[in-house]
Amino acid sequence: MRRAFLLPVWLWLLLFVAAPAALLLAIALAESSPGVPPFRFAANPENFATLAQDSYYLAAFLAALRVAVLTASCCLLIAYPLALGIARAAERWRLPLLLALLLPFWTGFLLRIAAWIGLLRDEGWINTILHALGFETVPLLYTQGAMLLGMVHAYLPFAVLPLYAVVARLDPVLEEAAADLGATPMARFLTVTLPLSAPGAAAGFLLVFIPACGEFVIPELMGPPEAQLVGRVLWQEFFQNRDWPVAAALAVALLVLLLIPIALFQRLEAER
Amino acid sequence: MRRGRIVTAGLVLGFGFLWLPVLLLVAYAFSADRIPFQWGGFSLRWFAALAANERMRDAAFLSLRIAAGAASLAVLLGAAAGYALARFGRFRARPVFGLLIGAPLVLPEVVTGLSLLLLFVALETAIGWPAGRGAATVLLAHATLGAAYVAVVVQARLAESERALEEAAMDLGAHPFTAFRTITLPLMAPSLIAGWLLAFTLSLDDVVIASFVSGPAGTTLPMVLFSMLRLGLTPEVNALGAVILALVGLVLALAAWLLAPRRAGQG
Repeated sequence: MRRAFLLPVWLWLLLFVAAPAALLLAIALAESSPGVPPFRFAANPENFATLAQDSYYLAAFLAALRVAVLTASCCLLIAYPLALGIARAAERWRLPLLLALLLPFWTGFLLRIAAWIGLLRDEGWINTILHALGFETVPLLYTQGAMLLGMVHAYLPFAVLPLYAVVARLDPVLEEAAADLGATPMARFLTVTLPLSAPGAAAGFLLVFIPACGEFVIPELMGPPEAQLVGRVLWQEFFQNRDWPVAAALAVALLVLLLIPIALFQRLEAER
Repeated sequence: MRRGRIVTAGLVLGFGFLWLPVLLLVAYAFSADRIPFQWGGFSLRWFAALAANERMRDAAFLSLRIAAGAASLAVLLGAAAGYALARFGRFRARPVFGLLIGAPLVLPEVVTGLSLLLLFVALETAIGWPAGRGAATVLLAHATLGAAYVAVVVQARLAESERALEEAAMDLGAHPFTAFRTITLPLMAPSLIAGWLLAFTLSLDDVVIASFVSGPAGTTLPMVLFSMLRLGLTPEVNALGAVILALVGLVLALAAWLLAPRRAGQG
């Protein structure tokens, strides 16, 4: 009875999750060849050797890691006052504040990027203001800073929600006790709130870091051309160079790289 | 309770950061100027231009159809999976099952998109289906992604309540199916609605997976927007943002009205 109930789900998962993963690995080991589809099955670790040796691919992984760490750190920095502020607000304000956190999120990812493009372009809002004040045009869009800004804006709620879930359950008595014993607000935060909220902060960091590692859209639309992150390189290998085996090898390597953060995240979730 | 000044300032700045670009996007949708984010007097011309833009209108309807179909499939699959994870105890294949259902949650979009495309291409070569890619393949991919989220939501909802209610019903002589229909299903209902909405919005928002698995006949709204943004902004994008924000606000208001506690005697 139970088996029959779950059979369709099992079939779906084997076909649309397990089989694609197996194919990805198989094609990462295949040889590129002209034709449709553009590869020949083989058992050739050549593609992985290329990834390990070619500094272009190594740089792509390092750049992606760097941007992901920066994005997740900035998100946490902004997320702390947001999560604490919402958690300490009066009961009736909490739900409206949480909704206000998520509503920009629901307007769609691309529209929010469009908004930033509109603000940061040379003819955009910020430069218009600078002009009116008598300054020269500053190139803001298509820079590392613009890319980081876009990514922090896109991923911020992912950092706030797990953090909020933890700080909302902290007993205010703990902080009050620290205050009664003479701790300054900063000391209270550093010695009481920060250590107690560490699991939520770690979960929030990973929840931003993991998808940010493979991000393609924001570097493409807001980043400088030289910001060749791994997601962008994978996309180009696949769509422009039509080198499916190298694209698949990049995907496998990205997955291997993310195994440790993913395992860490799942342990944090299991402990909750 | 006392609230630190730093926290309050951070709260205001954080919300400002989140909201300012969105509000400006919407405000400038009402500008007559042909350059986006330049004020040229109040006008609704960009809403008219948006309504007349066939490419965007077709893509929007296609996206809505794909999202509705994918969300419905995702709820069927995810509800069954979430129910199994919450109620079947530690069945033997549980670790593998949990891994497979949860994988789309943690995989980068480029990996999910590429691997599903490879599957569709291999299937087409082997059995001739799916013949070409388009709306159907996007729907299948989005249903797989959505099911992972629905399973989490349903499992969390069922984990809150013990099996005791269902067991009590069965002890009192209810057929297991009746117990499921009268106890478990109503218990799951809010998570099914939340899961459907989540899967629906995920599908409407996805550009990466859709770009991989779609074909010439399946250009979704995010795909159109993405190619527009690559070329440069037009005020029609502002108008689209205003329309979507209004729709989301409307749905939220409706949900708040439907879910608000009623006074006795009002239904």
